[in-house]
Amino acid sequence: MEIDFTHHQSAHCENGVVSNLMKHNGFSVSEPMVFGIGSGLLFCYIPLLKVNHAPVITYRALPGHIFKKFAKRTGVKMKREKFSNPKDAKARLDENLEKNNPVGLQVGVYNLVYFPDEYRFHFNAHNMVVYGKEGNRYLISDPVMEDVTSLSEKELEKVRFAKGAFAPKGHMYYPISFPEKLELETAIVKGIKDTCKAMLAPVSFVGVKGIHKIAGLIRKWPKKKGIKTANHYLGQVVRMQEEIGTGGGGFRYIYAAFLQEAGKLLGNENLIELSKEMTEIGDLWRDFALEASRIYKNRSAQTDSYNKVADQLDNIADLEKVFFKKLKKSI
Amino acid sequence: MKKKEVPQDKSNLESANFRELCYAVDENGEYTTENSTGWEPKTVALNNAIEEIKERIQDAKDRVIAGETSPIEYYMELHKMDVGILASYVGFWQWKVKRHFKPSVFKKLSEKTLNKYADAFDISVEELKSIS
Repeated sequence: MEIDFTHHQSAHCENGVVSNLMKHNGFSVSEPMVFGIGSGLLFCYIPLLKVNHAPVITYRALPGHIFKKFAKRTGVKMKREKFSNPKDAKARLDENLEKNNPVGLQVGVYNLVYFPDEYRFHFNAHNMVVYGKEGNRYLISDPVMEDVTSLSEKELEKVRFAKGAFAPKGHMYYPISFPEKLELETAIVKGIKDTCKAMLAPVSFVGVKGIHKIAGLIRKWPKKKGIKTANHYLGQVVRMQEEIGTGGGGFRYIYAAFLQEAGKLLGNENLIELSKEMTEIGDLWRDFALEASRIYKNRSAQTDSYNKVADQLDNIADLEKVFFKKLKKSI
Repeated sequence: MKKKEVPQDKSNLESANFRELCYAVDENGEYTTENSTGWEPKTVALNNAIEEIKERIQDAKDRVIAGETSPIEYYMELHKMDVGILASYVGFWQWKVKRHFKPSVFKKLSEKTLNKYADAFDISVEELKSIS
């Protein structure tokens, strides 16, 4: 059976699933709106954790948080279920599809067969919608893909029960009740305040301070770790910033799109101006990525060039500090 | 980023025939989206990361042949795993997985334990015992 579900491609999977499920239920909410209200924007260096043998930086909130905050702030009630047994997980999924209810699933990327090989890493916080079943194939709307696709029962079970950090454990979710009218205005204000708080947090590895922290580490890497490892680390920073799902510039462009939309909705000129500023900051993140790629492309570099890209990050951090202070005052 | 500046470089996305979505502003300063076939700075980063993984696989293979580690480590690298991820797939503590890297320990592993590793790598026990 196939549920009448419209697939819209999005930059990021979590926003995309929420936005698509909301649209399916008759509420037109854009991807940037979900991202902004859910306080998706962040910068965080995660000490001690290594992925692909390199340090981890995230430009967004923890998996599941955008979604949880969006639901809470707009008054949408979500049902979420996790399973210890794949059989139960499959039965609950089939039950929902029978009832014409498309559901969101958290899955691991490594065994996602429709992804290009090069992109298949052990990353477990990917999200998709299942909107039907034909024979033994599930119909899949993966928000980062241009078109819908499908997975066999076995393939779907594998990705739902991937292991490692953030193991999905069959995690399935869907909205169960909606307010009569979505109160976006108050939700937007809450979302913005929360983001400002996180970006200006007095914690050495979070927000603006976290950006300075990484800049400091980049300066030390070539001497401390050697050129090869330094380049591997730097490459990972750029990948986290620009990988599929960020919409470019470490989510800064999606956030700028949110500020523009929110400014119009609230009739707040300041937000529209700040959107332009955020776009310029996004461009600086892109410049940083371009400059960093020149270092790891040649595989040999002077300490000087590491200092240069670190300077770019310090500059971005200074600008974001001023930016989020202004943003906080503008609402 | 301006809509017309959204990069359209060659990338690994081509093989799966998909383009990712980027956010950019149009000529009137309005936000919109544009598909991108890829951007060189990140393609280079990804290719380097894959190169790095290949080196790790080759290194593990050499050490298996030299009798310094067991095939488990080779298959772990082949599947882009680290000890933590592998440990969670087979349900052992990390120190135990590391112990199974020792060729002398590996030789004495029970069929049941070998099966767990074979399952995690989606191969047969026979394949697990040899490296091709």
